Amino acid sequence: MAFLDIEHLEKSYGPTKVVKDFNLGVEKGEFVSFLGPSGCGKTTTLRMVAGFETPSQGTIRIDGRDMARLRPNHRNIGMVFQSYALFPNLTVAQNVAFGLKVAGEKREVIDERVAEMLDTIGLSDLGARYPFQLSGGQQQRVALARALAVRPQVLLLDEPLSALDAKIRVSLRGEIRAIQKKLGITTIYVTHDQEEALSMSDRIVVMHQGIADQVGTPFEIYNRPTTRFVANFVGTLTLLEAEVIDPALGKVRIGDTEAVLGRALPKGKITLAVRPEMISLGSVPGRETEVSGRIIDVDFLGSVIRLRAQIGDAVLVFDTFNSSRSVPPKVGATVTLSLAASDLLLIGE
Amino acid sequence: MKRYFSWAVLVAGMGYFILPLVGLTEFSLSMRRGEYSFDAYAAVLADPTFRQTFSYSVVMALLTIAFGVLLVVPTAYWVRLKLPRLRPYVEFVTLLPLVIPAIVIVFGYIRMFNTSSWLPLTGSTTGTNLLLMFGYSTLSLPYMYRAVDTGLRTIDVATLTEAAQILGAGWVTILARLILPNVLVAVLSGAFVTFAIVIGEFTLAALLNRPAFGPYLQLMGANRAYEPMALAVIAFGITWACMGLIQLVTRFSKHTKAAR
Repeated sequence: MAFLDIEHLEKSYGPTKVVKDFNLGVEKGEFVSFLGPSGCGKTTTLRMVAGFETPSQGTIRIDGRDMARLRPNHRNIGMVFQSYALFPNLTVAQNVAFGLKVAGEKREVIDERVAEMLDTIGLSDLGARYPFQLSGGQQQRVALARALAVRPQVLLLDEPLSALDAKIRVSLRGEIRAIQKKLGITTIYVTHDQEEALSMSDRIVVMHQGIADQVGTPFEIYNRPTTRFVANFVGTLTLLEAEVIDPALGKVRIGDTEAVLGRALPKGKITLAVRPEMISLGSVPGRETEVSGRIIDVDFLGSVIRLRAQIGDAVLVFDTFNSSRSVPPKVGATVTLSLAASDLLLIGE
Repeated sequence: MKRYFSWAVLVAGMGYFILPLVGLTEFSLSMRRGEYSFDAYAAVLADPTFRQTFSYSVVMALLTIAFGVLLVVPTAYWVRLKLPRLRPYVEFVTLLPLVIPAIVIVFGYIRMFNTSSWLPLTGSTTGTNLLLMFGYSTLSLPYMYRAVDTGLRTIDVATLTEAAQILGAGWVTILARLILPNVLVAVLSGAFVTFAIVIGEFTLAALLNRPAFGPYLQLMGANRAYEPMALAVIAFGITWACMGLIQLVTRFSKHTKAAR
C-alpha cells in the first residue's frame, strides 16, 4: 500500500460526475502533479484529499489511515492556495506561526520553527511585514512556509504559481521543488501548465473529463503518450493517420510515404504522432524516412523557430534552433524533412 | 450657469441642515439673559438623573453592541460561507426593523414576554433590561448586518476559512482570530451607529419603563426651556463623535490596505 492511497474515488454534483473512478498511489516523499485543462477534476480531487469536498464514492488513506471521517483540521495536511490565502490581519511571522499556535505548541518551539521556515524561504527579514506589503512571489513563499511549518504528512499545492508572472513562476517552481526534496514531503501539485508539471514532478497524472488518462514519469508522459488527449495536451505534436501494411514488421503507409517502425502494430488504420523536435530539416543520417513539403508558416519563438510544412493532406510541425549563421526557410519554400520511424508514436483513443 | 446653480443648491441644502443646529446651539447658550453662557449645560451635567440615565444608556449600548456582534458576525459569515442562496432572505429579515415601527416591536414584546407569558421577562428588572437590549439589537440590526456583510465582502471568506481549517483551526478560532479581526473596521462602524441609536432611543425604553437617556430627554423637553436644547446638542455631539470615530478607524486600519 502506498503512503497516500486513493481508490475508486468519485465525485458527483447532481447528475454530473466530475471525478470518475480515480485511483492513485503516491509513495512517501514523492512529488506528483495533476495536470489537465480547466474542469477536468484535478482541483476537486485535491480538495477531496484535503477534506473540503466529500467523495461520492471511494477511499482516501494516508499512511494506512482512512480519511473519510476526518475533517480538514484533523488531517495534518498542508495546503497552498492559488490566491495565497494569507491572513491579512497577521504579519508574515504570525501567519507562519498560526498552525503551530492552533496546535498548542510552546512559544520557544513556535519561534524556532518560524525562524527556520522563514530562513528556508529566504524571507527572514520580512517577518514583521503584513501580506499587503509583499509581492505576489513573496506572498506565495510565505504561504508555503505556513503550510510546511506544521510538518504535515502531505503537502497539497493548488495552482500556486498561476497568479504570478512568468519569470517569478520559473524561479519559484525551482524553489518549491528544492524545498520539497530537502524536506522529503509527499506532495500533490495541481497545475494546467505542462512545463511546470514536466519540470517539477516525479510522476504526472494527466486528467481529462474526470478520469486519470495516463499516470507516468514526465519522460513517459511526453515521449510515450498513451491516449490522443495526452498526446495533444502535453507538448506539441502532429497527428498522422496511417495504414498498417505489415503488422509484424510495423510497416505503415502515411499518405504517399512508407515507413518501418520496427515494432509490431495492430492491423488496419492507426494514428501516429510526431513531436516537432523529432523532425529535421534536410537529410540527416539515421533519420531514414524522408518527405518533401512546402513551408506554410514560420513562427519565431526566440531560441527555436517553429515551422509548419504542408505534406500532402497533412501539416507537419517542426522546430529548428535559431542561429545567426543560418536563415530559416521562407513561407512557400519547398523543403525535405527527415525523421526516424522509431520516433513515430502510436496513439490510442 | 450650471455651476452657479450647483453651488446655490449646495448652499441651500447646507443652510437647511445647519441653520436649525445653529439656532439650537445659540438657544442652548442663551439661558443667562443678555449674554451667552454654558449655564444650561452646567445645569444638565449637575443633574443626577442625567448622569444616571446617560450611564444606563451607555451600558445598554455596550451590551447591545456585544450582543449584536455575537449575533451578526457568525450569522453573516455563515450565510456568506455556506448559505449564499439564503442571503436575500436574511437581508430582507434584517431590514424589517426599518419598516416596522419601534412601537409595534415593543407592544409585541410586551405581549409575548409579559408576566403571564411562558417567558415572563417583564416580571423582573433584569428581564426587562434584557428585553430592552434585544429590542435595541433589533433596531440596530439593519445597520450592523449591512456593515458586517460589507466588511466580509472585502475578504475571500471561503479561501481564508479553508486555509485556517487545513492548519488545524476550528470554527471558534476561525471566527475569533481571523474573521472578526478582518471585519473589525466594519464591526466598529456598526457599533458606533448602534451606540448613536441606543443613546437617543425613546420608544422602547419609555414603554418598558426603563431609566434611559431618551425618556429623560423627553421629560426635560416637556418641563424646561434651555436644558433640553443643551441635551440635544450633547446628543448630536455624541452622534457626530461616533461618525468621526468610524472615519478614524477606517483610516487607521493598518492591515486592510489594498494589496500591491
